[in-house]
Amino acid sequence: MNNIDQRLLNDYQHGFPLSAAPYADIAHELGITEDEVLTRLQALKASGAISRIGAVVRPNTIGVSTLAAIQAPTEELERIAAIVSAFPEVNHNYEREHAINLWFVITARNALHRAQVLTNIAAQTGYAVHSFPLERDFHIDLGFELKWT
Amino acid sequence: MDLTTPRKLETPYQADALDLRLLAAIQDGLPIAPHPYADIAARIGISEQAVLERLAALQHAGIIKRFGVVVRHHELGIAANAMVVWDVADTQVDQLGPCLANFEFVTLCYRRPRRLPQWRYNLYCMIHGKSRDEVLAHLTHMIQSCGLEDLPHEVLFSKRRFKQRGAAYFPAPVLAEP
Repeated sequence: MNNIDQRLLNDYQHGFPLSAAPYADIAHELGITEDEVLTRLQALKASGAISRIGAVVRPNTIGVSTLAAIQAPTEELERIAAIVSAFPEVNHNYEREHAINLWFVITARNALHRAQVLTNIAAQTGYAVHSFPLERDFHIDLGFELKWT
Repeated sequence: MDLTTPRKLETPYQADALDLRLLAAIQDGLPIAPHPYADIAARIGISEQAVLERLAALQHAGIIKRFGVVVRHHELGIAANAMVVWDVADTQVDQLGPCLANFEFVTLCYRRPRRLPQWRYNLYCMIHGKSRDEVLAHLTHMIQSCGLEDLPHEVLFSKRRFKQRGAAYFPAPVLAEP
């Protein structure tokens, strides 16, 4: 990965320009053309290195979220994970190394909607769903410092 | 007037229906095109200037906690991550949280409710690294730096990623609510 791509990935994780032509602003800072910025960002998005350019919303300011988990038998895990992932309210869904092995995040309109989603996931999977809603956020999100060696 | 509720010095910014439409319009990302905010403005029927002002206000209010490039760690060689969960005394958890949250290798740090008797943990942090060993080295460093030697904890490395995207905000039903 070249130095320009590294700076595009690392330096604009927060404070992305709010201006009519933000990619031209970035181009100016990096000493390249706007076209090159656009081409490189499109390639980084196509390769999966960039998920999106956009907003990370503080939990529970718009809608309500929760971290939820299911203890799934190994042979059932893929089937259950597919059911969980199919819910539009689920945005992250991971297998983790623990007896409680499927962990996912639900974001819903309000507490009632969240409760309905939890109930529906339990009903469709046939397994109990644990819910661990956020009580306090200690982390100030400035993105993740990428280090290339 | 309710005198029992302490008044805040600043009135918190309340996101309105248009803010929700704006957040919904960018939830899959800003267009990678010369005038992305104008594109978004056209999509939701407001001016480019209004898009810029609202995004600035949402950031200032802390509703948007970060605005910019969202990377996928795994695709960038930060291949290992573990959710580390801790059982901290209720009287200490709010003092300890910021210490865990402050490391550059930590991307999330939350207090969540215990679910006794099955689940005793009330403090969560996400640790990232290039490898399992690097994540475990970060954890050792955290334990020493924050004085966590005696705290019960478990390390839940991630295995398969079944789904990863930004949250959806369901704008239409929100508009229908008071």
